[in-house]
Amino acid sequence: MILPMASGDDVRVMVLAGGLSYERDVSLRSGRRVMDALKAVGVHAEMRDADVSLLPALQEDPPDAVIIALHGATGEDGSLRGVLDLCGIPYVGCDARASRLAWDKPSAKSMLREAGIPTPDWVALPHDRFSELGAVAVLDRIVDRLGLPLMVKPAQGGSGLGAAVVRDETDLPPAMVGCFAYDSTALVEKFVPGKDVAVSIVDLGHGPEALPIVEIVPRDGVYDYAARYTAGLTTWHTPARLDAETAARVSETALAAHKALGLRDLSRVDLIVADDGSPQVLGINVSPGMTETSLLPLAVQAAGLDLGKILATLVSRAMARA
Amino acid sequence: MTGTTQDDYTDVYARRVRGMTTSEIRALFAVASRPEVVSLAGGSPYIAALPLDAVGEMLGRLGSEHGAVSLQYGIGQGTVELRERICEVMALSGINGASPDDVVVTVGGQQAIDLLARLFLDPGDVVLAEGPSYVGALGVFQAAQAQVHHVPMDEDGLIPEALEEAIATIARSGRRAKFLYTIPTFQNPAGVTLSEERRERVLDICERAGLLVVEDDPYGMLSFEGDAPLPLRARRREGVFYVSTFSKTFAPGLRVGWILAPHAVREKLVMMSEANVLCPSAFAQAAVTQYLTNMPWREQVKSYREIYRERRDALLGALHDRMPAGTSWTHPTGGLFVWATLPEGLDSKAMMPRAIAARVAYVPGTGFYADGTGTGNMRLNFSFSSPERLREGVRRLAGVMEQELAMRAVFGAAASQPHHRRRGTAAADAPGPDLA
Repeated sequence: MILPMASGDDVRVMVLAGGLSYERDVSLRSGRRVMDALKAVGVHAEMRDADVSLLPALQEDPPDAVIIALHGATGEDGSLRGVLDLCGIPYVGCDARASRLAWDKPSAKSMLREAGIPTPDWVALPHDRFSELGAVAVLDRIVDRLGLPLMVKPAQGGSGLGAAVVRDETDLPPAMVGCFAYDSTALVEKFVPGKDVAVSIVDLGHGPEALPIVEIVPRDGVYDYAARYTAGLTTWHTPARLDAETAARVSETALAAHKALGLRDLSRVDLIVADDGSPQVLGINVSPGMTETSLLPLAVQAAGLDLGKILATLVSRAMARA
Repeated sequence: MTGTTQDDYTDVYARRVRGMTTSEIRALFAVASRPEVVSLAGGSPYIAALPLDAVGEMLGRLGSEHGAVSLQYGIGQGTVELRERICEVMALSGINGASPDDVVVTVGGQQAIDLLARLFLDPGDVVLAEGPSYVGALGVFQAAQAQVHHVPMDEDGLIPEALEEAIATIARSGRRAKFLYTIPTFQNPAGVTLSEERRERVLDICERAGLLVVEDDPYGMLSFEGDAPLPLRARRREGVFYVSTFSKTFAPGLRVGWILAPHAVREKLVMMSEANVLCPSAFAQAAVTQYLTNMPWREQVKSYREIYRERRDALLGALHDRMPAGTSWTHPTGGLFVWATLPEGLDSKAMMPRAIAARVAYVPGTGFYADGTGTGNMRLNFSFSSPERLREGVRRLAGVMEQELAMRAVFGAAASQPHHRRRGTAAADAPGPDLA
């Protein structure tokens, strides 16, 4: 992979991090990592929270580009990208529409399925439907249709927050309540056993390319919030322990998902590789985590690339779009 | 490339750090620090009420006029001047005749608890503590690889019969209980106070069982309704280790606390403290000494009492007006906290994300138990926020609870089954000290 040069030392980048989502802490860590990586390659970067001081600051002293390291709704539901479009400030990553679609897991899954990209069977239900139709009846139908085990997760959100694997029918009601504490709509998905993998995708000017696949092996079997962000609780294998043919299929599937959702610059596609070697897409992140234990930086390192240079290149591309 | 855990030290860690992980709840507290959120989760005193200009001038002079001493190393036990002032402070609480020789200055009350744990606890020893108890002490006991056995309380504090039962249970199991860790006055987190009558009984029970008492008294001066009961240490000289701090009466940022210890162990405490921190901050000690000597600190404490009483009234009034049926809470007569018990089936930890979305924060009860219980409780702080903010916080919290109750009703009793979640330490469910 050839990296085009970044566009000089006088480029000023604003890294947006923090926000009011449940992933504020993760976002602050991602933001600092992005800032350090940019500074290491000589790009001037400052970090800001997305609060009431943001728009006046953008107006008074607009940066050359923005990198959105906000996780959760503000960073990923497309709305902030829409505001940046209004302000005429270029940003790294996909546009507002694509972001909104990728952020909402049921919408993203529908688009993937329409594009012929495999994703586990699912049903998405707002909590009102349970109260109107009777929770027991609805849950029974879900179990009849999708079988056990199931994966329950908020329709919107990341970092494994509010997600639970349900192996026994009696665990389904508490899992639903736990999920609805995070979001008003739950995604109940058929649980596919297999290898958890993540494919980071970057487009440095020659079309989207897949970085080495990262395989995720949580020590306690569950890739929950603690397993994601406590160093030592998860082993990441990069490249993933897959045969060449399977690995190629996983990367192709991830690239197809990136394209099907109309994404741009960078993304991370999370997949499960079933025991028969077939990959299925679980989710797509338009603002991938950049912390010490996040998957995209691991993939960048495994590819022998430099995160700062990649980000600087993406900044140049964003500026060129303006 | 083989696998990486991003932590090359996994095989080297001491046993005592096992189970220390980041947590979802800690992630949620990160949002609670934003001004949009009404935080009832912190434990911060209302520092803005201090005469900050005068304090600032005093601190400046400490550097410019006394820097040769205040910026130098000091002795491990703490300065004589401060220890004399500390004895005067304790006399106001009813602990008379304490000698400055028996006082060890520490880096906040937290180091005092840590020193006592190092002094007395071997791995596997048992500590008795109120249930719920101070999260910082639970962390110390965990680091000492001790087991915490919680003793229940009611509106009058620790229940003596339950204490006797706990002592007997531990003895039957062949384990050794070393001390009772107690916050008898305006307890954190429960807000209750051990009654006069029970103080004598608790001391008698501990004496009979050969159990030491660690009395943690950070809030005793913050009484809203007359004077607080006499500390346990004012009633017994032997077997009681008295711990207190200037964090609530002056400034937590200075990190100055102390232990009043029986003479025999004072020297060991000093040597351990030297091994631990060398000496407490000379600058912070000088600041506290100056504050106690030259500034109207008693009036300041009175003013805190009035501010906090008004805030407690605002919080209790709002709880009375807004909380859903089935909720109960304590009525503290001093200190910083109210302990609420939720309606049947509600889980304060599971409800946290909903609360954060509604821009209100509390500490789930699980942050105050070493054994993972406390899901049906929450701690609410009233010292930091204005009465208006407290009322708004309770309004938001009541809405969150109503939604959660509705959700539980939809999914039935089965929804309240324990959810298979990772259980970390109590500290994983409580905020860091910086959250106001």
